[in-house]
Amino acid sequence: MKITGTHINYYFHCKRHLWFFAHHILMEHTSELVAIGKFISESTYERKQHELHFVEEDFEFVLDFFDKNTNTIHEIKKTNKMEELHIWQLKFYIYRLKELGFHNVKGIIDYPKLKRLIKVELTEKDEEKLNEVIKEIHLLVNQKKPPKVIRKSYCRKCSYFELCYV
Amino acid sequence: MKKNFYIFTNGILKRKDNTICFEPFINQETQKPSKLLEQTDLTNIPEEEFLIDNDEIEDEKENQNAKTRKFIPVESIDSIYCFGEHRFNTKFLNFLSQSQIPLHIFNYYGFYTGTFYPRETQVSGKLLIAQVQHFLDEEKRLTIAKEFIRGSLFNMIKNLQYYNNRQKDLSYFIDYLTNALKKVDEVKSVEELMGIEGSARKNYYESWHLIINQPIDFQKREKQPPSNPVNALISFGNSLLYTTVLGEIYRNQLNPTISYLHTPGERRFSLSLDIAEVFKPLIVDRIIFALLNKNIIKQDDFEFHLNSCLLNENGRKIFVKEYDEKLSTTIKHRKLNRSISYQTLIRYECYKLIKHLLDAEEYQSFKIWW
Repeated sequence: MKITGTHINYYFHCKRHLWFFAHHILMEHTSELVAIGKFISESTYERKQHELHFVEEDFEFVLDFFDKNTNTIHEIKKTNKMEELHIWQLKFYIYRLKELGFHNVKGIIDYPKLKRLIKVELTEKDEEKLNEVIKEIHLLVNQKKPPKVIRKSYCRKCSYFELCYV
Repeated sequence: MKKNFYIFTNGILKRKDNTICFEPFINQETQKPSKLLEQTDLTNIPEEEFLIDNDEIEDEKENQNAKTRKFIPVESIDSIYCFGEHRFNTKFLNFLSQSQIPLHIFNYYGFYTGTFYPRETQVSGKLLIAQVQHFLDEEKRLTIAKEFIRGSLFNMIKNLQYYNNRQKDLSYFIDYLTNALKKVDEVKSVEELMGIEGSARKNYYESWHLIINQPIDFQKREKQPPSNPVNALISFGNSLLYTTVLGEIYRNQLNPTISYLHTPGERRFSLSLDIAEVFKPLIVDRIIFALLNKNIIKQDDFEFHLNSCLLNENGRKIFVKEYDEKLSTTIKHRKLNRSISYQTLIRYECYKLIKHLLDAEEYQSFKIWW
């Protein structure tokens, strides 16, 4: 299994979500919120070249766009409700680029709808954490059963809500 | 909320720009949509004409058809049902596939012919393996099959109770079905289960002459071909329900050919037969009671042949209208605290099955809770 930015995002979001996603039980296509998010990501910063793919042996990731002048990765998100997940996703990208030999890369999360942005940098501690997270993701996905429902208030907005709670 | 489109008028279905449009056939003289399909004998056309780029000819026709053309916004389509005679090309089918819209086709007599099932976009190897494992393991297969039957019987009893509370004495039938429901627990094989289901259903159908206010000649279920109006209604209703269930299965990762109650892969997508079993009493049977008891459908909506009875076009239209309304009826879901349609109930049945197969939660079939 190749770990993607989405895996990292879901790891911090909900382990059950991650398990389903990793086994291709996908529900994202049923959600209007996801569709809106995708649309925002595709229809903003149109002058930039979107979607840069990187494929490695164990990883695969897509950058929303990259600014050569400032050496910055940009990630476009709809709202900052789940800011922590976005930060970790971006840290993962910076970490992977560093491993591939791109040094001093910075990250920015853009919230075009909120007209806000957040700067992200990778520390040594973060790298350790990410290494751990990647190991845990592999363990988690290899579990036979999906993890239990987490019962959080944000479940209601998740595209997996119906699958988990029905 | 996406809708189902049922097309009875003969005509051309095509992709126009980035959406779908329908052009009824025009009778040149009367300028009205003609009922008959203009027949062209393809064998007599010289080969060169086959090779001509059709676009030019189409452009000419375009202006004529523009008046009667109807656009069907592609984003609003759940699935398309063809009851008339329609023409379409690969460009149209490619577009359907790309937009993930299944197309169900019924023949001249209203029998289900088949489905254009777009390329699967929702595939999970893990789930497929789990589906097969649950089929191969006798005990696991029986667990799921039993739950389908429990749902089916329970919902049949609910229907009977409804009429029992309305001055119709159905207590004999209710007792019989309740008894059958109890027997399900002790069943040891799928064949035995089918036996119980068969006799329970026979009994259930016998009660219909009490439920239905019209004098009907309905003794037993007969298909291939249906022999009287009630049988015709059941056959048509069930085939509609199969396609609806199939459409829902298509939208998630379940494989429609691996089933537990019915033997897999015989002619049809048999998992849709399994799941439909649970919903027949709620959807099809209730439509039939309503149509007959409210005199919405009448004797002349049927066609009688030597050994069969079928709905005619008008009858089918009436049924389809009721059917579509039934599917979009909403109820409040207790667990989710959301208003959902009957069609969504079918989707949830798929979700529950997925969870059962992946060992997340035991499958509890849908049982009418109101």
